[in-house]
Amino acid sequence: MPTLEFREAIRQAIDESLAADERVILFGEDVAVAGGVFVTTPGLYEKYGPERVFDTPISELAITSAAYGSAVCGLRPVIEIMFGDFLPLAMDSIVNQAAKFFYISGEQGSVPLVVRAAVGAGGRFGAIHSQNPGTWFQNVPGLKVVAPSTPADALALLKASIADDNPVLFLEHKRLYSVKQELESVGDEPVSLGQARVVREGLDVTLVSIMKGVGDCLEAAARLSSIGVQAEVIDLRTLRPFDHDTLLASLAKTNRLVAIEEGPLTGGWAGEVLAVVAEHGLHDIDDVWRLATPDHPIPFSPPLEDAFLPGVDTIVASVCERLGVQAPR
Amino acid sequence: MTGLADSASQTPALAPLSLDQALALYRRMVLIRRFEDTVQVLFQRGEVPGTTHLYSGQEAVATGVASILEPRDRVAGTYRGHGHALSLGVDPQALLDEMLGRASGLCGGRAGSMNVIDLAHGLMGCYGIVGGSIGAATGAALALKRSGGVAVAYFGEGATNQGYFHECLNFAKVHNLPALYVCENNLYGEFTPMEDVTAGRIVARAQTLELPAETIDGNDLWAVRAAAAAAVARARDGGGPQFIEALTYRFVGHSRSDPGAYRKPGELDAWRQRDPLKLTRAGILERYETADEAQLDATDADVERQIEQMIAAGLAAPYPTPGPAAEFKA
Repeated sequence: MPTLEFREAIRQAIDESLAADERVILFGEDVAVAGGVFVTTPGLYEKYGPERVFDTPISELAITSAAYGSAVCGLRPVIEIMFGDFLPLAMDSIVNQAAKFFYISGEQGSVPLVVRAAVGAGGRFGAIHSQNPGTWFQNVPGLKVVAPSTPADALALLKASIADDNPVLFLEHKRLYSVKQELESVGDEPVSLGQARVVREGLDVTLVSIMKGVGDCLEAAARLSSIGVQAEVIDLRTLRPFDHDTLLASLAKTNRLVAIEEGPLTGGWAGEVLAVVAEHGLHDIDDVWRLATPDHPIPFSPPLEDAFLPGVDTIVASVCERLGVQAPR
Repeated sequence: MTGLADSASQTPALAPLSLDQALALYRRMVLIRRFEDTVQVLFQRGEVPGTTHLYSGQEAVATGVASILEPRDRVAGTYRGHGHALSLGVDPQALLDEMLGRASGLCGGRAGSMNVIDLAHGLMGCYGIVGGSIGAATGAALALKRSGGVAVAYFGEGATNQGYFHECLNFAKVHNLPALYVCENNLYGEFTPMEDVTAGRIVARAQTLELPAETIDGNDLWAVRAAAAAAVARARDGGGPQFIEALTYRFVGHSRSDPGAYRKPGELDAWRQRDPLKLTRAGILERYETADEAQLDATDADVERQIEQMIAAGLAAPYPTPGPAAEFKA
């Protein structure tokens, strides 16, 4: 059966958007001639030419500000910040320029740009090429933060992000680039940003995650099923806007909810999940908790990094402990 | 004057202003000065909240550059941006109302003094972060390359020590973008003299990236117009980014709380001798046989009447009503 690879979904979404709208442009470090260091944009330079697909200096602030300025003046730029860890270099342009423009201009105009960035740990890239910066930006009104978990979602959500009139930070987990999905399950229906998805239904406990964490949750749910625990799995898909309704509906059903975040416990989006359910669903709660990474930088050495990240084993063990059941062997 | 040898030589001559045009530019400069005086007074009376950074003394720069621009061009100003806005023909009443935090303000009272935006007049924004205008205009130039427009960034000499400056001038040069970078060198970054914190010459920084670059008298309206006309023409013709360092001086403190104690003795008085309004008056009288003091005085009086009406209208305008606001464009 034909399959769609995550990185090909990214390429396809940009390709279709470039073809559909002359205003769409793509630029970043090594995205054009080289086709991207994660091989997400090959062939686009050859197809659309140097005016619409081009390489830039290693200047994250200039790249992002150029995207901002061109978006204010009518283009719809898609830029790549190679690693999400480089986003701090571009912070002023994203946070102070792009995200605030619509509101402080008195809604004179908006900033239709997409910042793509590869994020996430597990690749032995160390503390400064492995972070998940989504939560840094979840706190910024005016910015949408998208974090897909599957090739089909990567395709649909990136197209929706490029079509969106607002600035969007689109996060691509490095460990997902080579994930393949059967093509028949790839829908072509338009999706709206800000809608979580129930990817597996269950009655006993809700597992909430994004990106690679969703696959881990599905695997954990399969193992929990073998001991009779039926886990529901929610893919948040966007960190901002933040879908309260899907969380609360699931909590009302399962009464137990755990947020699994590949990122530091303190100040992470998992804390926001717990805040939402505590604030709006207190009467439905039997138990809610978080699984996240320790509050220290991401280590390099494989045994250290593996132990640092919340994986399938951690999720299964934690759910069994909180539910008071024997873990599956 | 310093500059690349080849920068000015290939430019067509700038058509001279008619007297009416010259008087209109003088009027705009007077409007900027009196607007800033008014903001200062209203600030001291507690009517303008927050902080303000006034453009007084630098009027010839924005007025001269704007006189060269077309509707398809875009401008990124700074937090000292009231002059950048008014030079483009932004409605002074709406600008004053914005300072006053009123619903009738240019941005509905959401932006304030430092962050004014008026897309209808080509003002893509004013930037409260030093150097932000450089990035914004670089991006604008990327878009305007398609339409023949030119993007202008104003910034102070202090911004040339920011990452924005080096990253964006390099970016614009390698992508041959139609951008004009106008450094308003008023000698002080906030309270600190330029020479204490800045290595080398400003213009040399642009020249090392091979931008056509020159240093001009920023208080001389005609010098600014000549330099801007040449630079804009080159940028529009595919000549890539251009750089002007306009030497000027602010007659007021950095912001509302700054008395300017760091100024060297006699420096302010010396610059006041070269007040751009005085120089423009003298320039008009010298250049036009039919011009006289009475015309210029009448212009001053006309602006005075306008300002008085604006103050009354601004103070009478309603404040915005707190309530839910859209986070995103739907």
